Amino acid sequence: MSLLEAYPEEIKKILAKYPTEHKRSAVMPLLYLAQRKDGCITKETMGDIAEVLEISETEVASLVGFYTLYHDKQEGKYRMQVCTDMPCALRGADQFLEALCDNLGIQVGETTEDGLVTIEAVMCLAGCDKAPMFQLQGPEGIDYHENMTVDKTLELIEALRKGDKEVGK
Amino acid sequence: MSHILLRHREIPDIDQIQVYEKNGGFDGLKQAVTKMGPDKVTEVVKNSGLRGRGGAGFPTGVKWSFMDKNNWPHYVTANADESEPGTFKDREIMESNPFQFLEGVAIASFAVGAQDAYIYLRGEFWQIAEWLDQKIEEMHKAGFLGDKLFGTDYSLRIHTHLGAGAYICGEETALLESLEGKRGQPRVRPPFPPSFGLYGKPTVVNNVETLSNVPLIITHGADWYKSMGTDDSAGVKIFSLSGRVNKPGNYELPFGTTFRELIYNHGGGIIDDRPIKAIMAAGASSSLIVADDKALDTPMDYASVRTLGADLGSASVIVIDDTVSLEWVINKTVHFFRHESCGKCTPCREGTYWMQHLTERIHQGEASWEDVQLLKDVATQMQGKCLCALGEFSTMAVVTSIERFEADFKAATAKHGARA
Repeated sequence: MSLLEAYPEEIKKILAKYPTEHKRSAVMPLLYLAQRKDGCITKETMGDIAEVLEISETEVASLVGFYTLYHDKQEGKYRMQVCTDMPCALRGADQFLEALCDNLGIQVGETTEDGLVTIEAVMCLAGCDKAPMFQLQGPEGIDYHENMTVDKTLELIEALRKGDKEVGK
Repeated sequence: MSHILLRHREIPDIDQIQVYEKNGGFDGLKQAVTKMGPDKVTEVVKNSGLRGRGGAGFPTGVKWSFMDKNNWPHYVTANADESEPGTFKDREIMESNPFQFLEGVAIASFAVGAQDAYIYLRGEFWQIAEWLDQKIEEMHKAGFLGDKLFGTDYSLRIHTHLGAGAYICGEETALLESLEGKRGQPRVRPPFPPSFGLYGKPTVVNNVETLSNVPLIITHGADWYKSMGTDDSAGVKIFSLSGRVNKPGNYELPFGTTFRELIYNHGGGIIDDRPIKAIMAAGASSSLIVADDKALDTPMDYASVRTLGADLGSASVIVIDDTVSLEWVINKTVHFFRHESCGKCTPCREGTYWMQHLTERIHQGEASWEDVQLLKDVATQMQGKCLCALGEFSTMAVVTSIERFEADFKAATAKHGARA
């Protein structure tokens, strides 16, 4: 199914935000839609977007490469992105990440064996006063989890495994 | 004193439209549109002394008055890309006092004659964007947005737009590029956005906190606003306090409050009562301040912080105690800037890359004192040569740490001494 077939209403709504002669502005929201559809951005959906916006596929691809929240490969179903930037690191973020990885038996950048969660270290998420913190990027969007401990995080991962995302917040 | 921006701390349900209205909400917008007219609104904001809260501190009303009146349409863009390490104030405003921010966007739009305004949020603020969309819808239903506001000829729509993880999009011309559907890379300036902005049209780009000040300035007047803060820096500021303090968080205080009061009275002092060592007042983009008595007693306003060889920027105060080595700090900040450099200009792209190699080597204890000198040399050579402020900012902490905390770098390189 093409992106247009999958989300006709959403696409219409997105395009309405921008002047008709500048519909290229819709490329970022459309990339989010594409990612929602397939879990990552595929060559096919990049083609769909290029067609809708009348720009080249290369231009669409260059955006996927430039912005860190777009992914052209499927990793885990969820990406747990821990902020290890300086303010968070002053409040134990590096140690948190290390202990979390030890518990899961994986390295930063790797995915749990069941393909559920990829652990990543990322730059500042504007949650500096509530470290350790991370964002959980999944099919439905992005959730913040703040003032976290390793135990609370493991509990959250367990809940995700069972399909319940609200636990551990 | 009760809050002016973080009003939800006294009025918890202010995120509900009826509660906001009951507490004077939309009075400013109504007054602006029905009684004052665009020029008078701009005049009041100019007279209030309000300066941009995103970091640059440019006078807001003056920026509005620069809009090219021979080129239409005009646009307003709210910069909600909040990505400076140590900054988390705009998020709290949008999450908890959203209507005041949106009313600020509406008044700014009216003042410059914009009929479409965009709120550019960092992609991570996905939930906040959905929340604001809801609030925008409620404003439409209540007649505070849409066609023919208050029975006048003025119409306005506000749209949210999500970025996707790029610090550089907080730079106003990179933000506009991104909003146009391109890679977020800064433009060569001049021309500045008020003459050549979104889609090449005159555009005002203002920070969330800046805009959130506007409704109360309109209802209470310029003199009321100027009665707070200092001559140089009028009004209140949200200080995002983080790092090695007991009570990190956002503190809304008048400009001119001292570092000591923020860190010790509001922030509860240093973790484990350790001695304070350094302060970064502008997030990762800071020059390092030696936290001696003189610095602690310095008022936090744009001019006073400059006397310490630093800038107040977005007032993201990161506190560093004596357990932390400055070589660790700059290794972190340089990693950040290397990652976020957009790659457009050579001094920043290459400079941050080589600085990272050097800070990493110093941090691993594999460097000699000559490497520290080389690092400082690379940083100094980048200064004044980058296309936008990102490159410049990446060098601030590096150069000032080496100059002001030499002992930390001597210790980190002691093993290797001078290279043979």
